[in-house]
Amino acid sequence: MEKMKLVEATQMKTDLPQFRAGDTINVHVRVIEGDKERIQQFQGVVIGRHGDGLRATFTVRKISNGVGVERIFPLHSPRVAKIDIMKEGNVRRSKMYYLRELAAKQIRQKTSGD
Amino acid sequence: MSGILGKKIGMTSIFDDKGESVPCTVVEAGPCYVIQIKTKEKDGYEAIQLGFEDKKPRLVNKPVTGHFKRANVPPKRLLTEFRSFDISKFQVGAEVKIETLFSKGDTVSVSGISKGHGFQGVVKRHHFGGGLRTHGQSDRVRAPGSIGSSSYPSRVFKGMKMAGRMGGDNVTVKNLRIVQIVPESNLVIIRGSIPGYNNSYVEIHKEK
Repeated sequence: MEKMKLVEATQMKTDLPQFRAGDTINVHVRVIEGDKERIQQFQGVVIGRHGDGLRATFTVRKISNGVGVERIFPLHSPRVAKIDIMKEGNVRRSKMYYLRELAAKQIRQKTSGD
Repeated sequence: MSGILGKKIGMTSIFDDKGESVPCTVVEAGPCYVIQIKTKEKDGYEAIQLGFEDKKPRLVNKPVTGHFKRANVPPKRLLTEFRSFDISKFQVGAEVKIETLFSKGDTVSVSGISKGHGFQGVVKRHHFGGGLRTHGQSDRVRAPGSIGSSSYPSRVFKGMKMAGRMGGDNVTVKNLRIVQIVPESNLVIIRGSIPGYNNSYVEIHKEK
């Protein structure tokens, strides 16, 4: 198992910000179109973090034009250029899946740090 | 053509140059030692016998100890012959390391003993479809169906796919690509899956 960590450690990011479910974050994603590369931003609420080591992922949910959109990002992927924490949430759950059923106002209430 | 012995460490995924996630297996390959060289004159064929992973000398009996003593190498747990080496380039007792045989991007095949599954039915063992769940059926969901005709041939043909022991076979997976080699820790990272449990022994062969 130690040897496994050795392999994974070479690609793991060490400068990641600490964030958890309920936080509102802005993910800067490298998008490669042909030979051009640009940064796309995806801002939303983290509804869960999964796995550990190099294979860890997190799910971000946002409402885009009235449609709920969820994206799962590999935490250590080189295509995830930067993660900004916009707002820290105050939630009691590690998986915020029930947000899917709620209206926007309720989501604000649930994730607000009151 | 050449090969080396290794030990499966486990699976993970790493990111390639494009930033894409690649499923891969980590194998601790070597260092192996040349224990014996078989020659055409003496043995009738050419091969190199490689030893991998130390074994406590206390556990090795006298004749086998002598075999290793000839190569001036401490006793090894695993001994395997490779017939694909050019024997003129090797000497008895020489160390064989992964980075001298393979490089990143090489195509390899990996042999090992697959995971044992015990006694399994035809659905798991041979991917049969099983029977119907509805239309008045009972007890037919995982049944094999007919195993042959009646009065002619009055027997079941050899090799008929039926339930039985599954796994624990010698399995070779071909056309796997080497994603990365870590010479300091003798690790080789191979794209895809390879046979066997973690910590089981495998042979890595270079493809033509």
